[in-house]
Amino acid sequence: MPAGTLYRGREGMWSWVAHRVTGVLIFFFLFVHVLDTALVRVSPDAYDNVVATYKTPIVNVMEYGLVAAILFHALNGLRVVLVDFWSKGPKYQKQMLWTVVGVWVVLMAGAFYPVLQHTLRTLFGS
Amino acid sequence: MSAETTSAGATANDVRLYDVDNPAPVIEAPRKRTKKTGRASRGNFEMQAWLFMRLSGIVLVVLVLGHLLIQLVLDGGVSKIGFAFVAGRWASPFWQVWDLLMLWLAMLHGANGLRTVINDYAQRDNTRFWLKMLLYTATVFTVLLGTLVIFTFDPNIS
Repeated sequence: MPAGTLYRGREGMWSWVAHRVTGVLIFFFLFVHVLDTALVRVSPDAYDNVVATYKTPIVNVMEYGLVAAILFHALNGLRVVLVDFWSKGPKYQKQMLWTVVGVWVVLMAGAFYPVLQHTLRTLFGS
Repeated sequence: MSAETTSAGATANDVRLYDVDNPAPVIEAPRKRTKKTGRASRGNFEMQAWLFMRLSGIVLVVLVLGHLLIQLVLDGGVSKIGFAFVAGRWASPFWQVWDLLMLWLAMLHGANGLRTVINDYAQRDNTRFWLKMLLYTATVFTVLLGTLVIFTFDPNIS
C-alpha cells in the first residue's frame, strides 16, 4: 500500500472508500453467482444442491450483507452521477450522502424480514 | 507615505520580461494532444470508461434492484429458489434479456471498477500488468459462460 492514503476524511472521502469496498465485494460475489447459476446446465440436482447453501442461516445473513452493499453502492452511485452531471451536485454532496444513508437505513429495515424470513422461520419455527 | 514608496518601488523594480515585441512563450495545456503524443494516449478511452460507469450504473440500479426484489424479497425470499424457479423465469424472453443485459453490464462495470482499483494500488509495472491480465481473463470467461448458460438453458435436462 502506498504511504499516506488518508486524504481529507469526512463525507467525501469515506463515501468514496465505502463505494470502492462495496464495489469490489459485489464484483467478487458476481463471479461466484455466475458460476453457481451455470450449474443449471449440469443438472437440476447440482443446482438445487448449491442453492441449498444459500438457504443456510450463515449464508442467508451474508445475503442480507450483500443487499446492504448493493443498496449503498446503488444509492451512492446515483449521488456520484448527480455530483458529476448536476450543476449544484458538488455543492450538495454532503446533504446527498446523508440522504443516501437515510434511504439506505429505511430500505435495510424494510428488507430485514423478507430477506431473512427463511432463517427466522427455520430457527424460530413458523 | 510608505504605501507610495512601496508602490513606486514595485514599479521601478518590476523587470518587464515580456512585452508586445517580446511575447512570453506559449505553454501547452497539460493534456493537449500534439503530433508528438504517443499512440496509446491519443484516444478517449478513459473518458468513455468514465461515461460508461455512469450510464451502466443507472441501468444496473433498475436491473439489479429488480433482480434482488424478485429473488430475495418477494414470495418467501430465498426459500422458493431452485431449478424449477429458474426454469419458470427463463421460459420468458423478457427475463432472459433482463438477465443477459444485467450479466454483461454488471461484469463490464465491475471489471472496469477493479481495473481502476488495480491501477491505483499495484505499484510495480509487472504486478499491475499481471493482475489486469488475470482480471480480463476471468471477466471474459465469466461473461461467455453466463451468456452460454442463458442461451442454451434446457428446462428438460436429465
